[in-house]
Amino acid sequence: MAVMNVNPTRMELTNLKRKLTTARRGHKLLKDKRDELMRRFMLLVRENKELRKTVEAKIADANAHMAVARSVMSDEELDIALMVPMQEMSVNIHEKNVMSVMLPVFESSFRTADKSDIYSYGYAFTSSDLDDAVKSLSDIMPELLRLAEVEKSCRLMASEIEKTRRRVNALEHVMIPQYEETIKYIAMKLDENERSATTRLMKVKDMMLKDAHDYGDAAGFM
Amino acid sequence: MYKIAVMGDKDSICGFVSVGLDIFPLTEHDEAVKKLRNLAENDYAVIFITEKLYSLIETEADKYKAAPIPAIIPIPGITGNSGIGMAAVSKSVEQAVGSDILK
Repeated sequence: MAVMNVNPTRMELTNLKRKLTTARRGHKLLKDKRDELMRRFMLLVRENKELRKTVEAKIADANAHMAVARSVMSDEELDIALMVPMQEMSVNIHEKNVMSVMLPVFESSFRTADKSDIYSYGYAFTSSDLDDAVKSLSDIMPELLRLAEVEKSCRLMASEIEKTRRRVNALEHVMIPQYEETIKYIAMKLDENERSATTRLMKVKDMMLKDAHDYGDAAGFM
Repeated sequence: MYKIAVMGDKDSICGFVSVGLDIFPLTEHDEAVKKLRNLAENDYAVIFITEKLYSLIETEADKYKAAPIPAIIPIPGITGNSGIGMAAVSKSVEQAVGSDILK
């Protein structure tokens, strides 16, 4: 890992040490975030798979009923029967904050409270298979809505996990080693400077002592 | 208050009218893309699309992946289940974990 391009000074060293502490702390936090997100994601995605399996089977069932209804009734009759819906479904959205990922929570509400309002036609001219089809579709609506919620949440979490993982890796394998090496480089450089200063001082002292002795000699102590 | 839409071929989705959803019978790519954009801007929180149509406009649908709404969910149509929905779930597992560990 490359040493950063900085001046080997004490100030730079202090700055870098501070940065390293922050990076380590950030790394730890992001790692925790990633692990928790992953745990929740796995729970959610398992539910998603189960839900999708059941919903898909039930829709196939409803479609089968619909196919029978269509074969019994003419297209026009069917169109007329389903032309004006009685019921109207809408959703309220809350947001749920999971590790700073905003997940939607859907809550369905209906225009009329009466459950039988799903039949938008008189029973006289329609096949009972149409009733079955409509009933089975209406029965799976809560699950279908839950599927939408879970699947959306899974996708949002997946992209957040990917982002967090990248950040963790960048900190772990790039930033932190880089800081560590630069700090080591600066520390060594400073030590080296100190040693050379000490040596120089010793040398100077030697020279001065020698000068003093020589001077003493010349004065004729012996 | 948000609404729910269903897009796809008419035979697959006409039943959803009775439950109170808004249906948009479409089968062509261009129309569907236009409609999807339109719906996404107009208070539709959930958009169910039949798998057949979803496979045509998947790139467009992926654009809304990062936004909390709308949720674009593929559902099997009258032609049967092609497994696209499951594949989409596996794809998000792959994105998060690195490989599909739930096979």
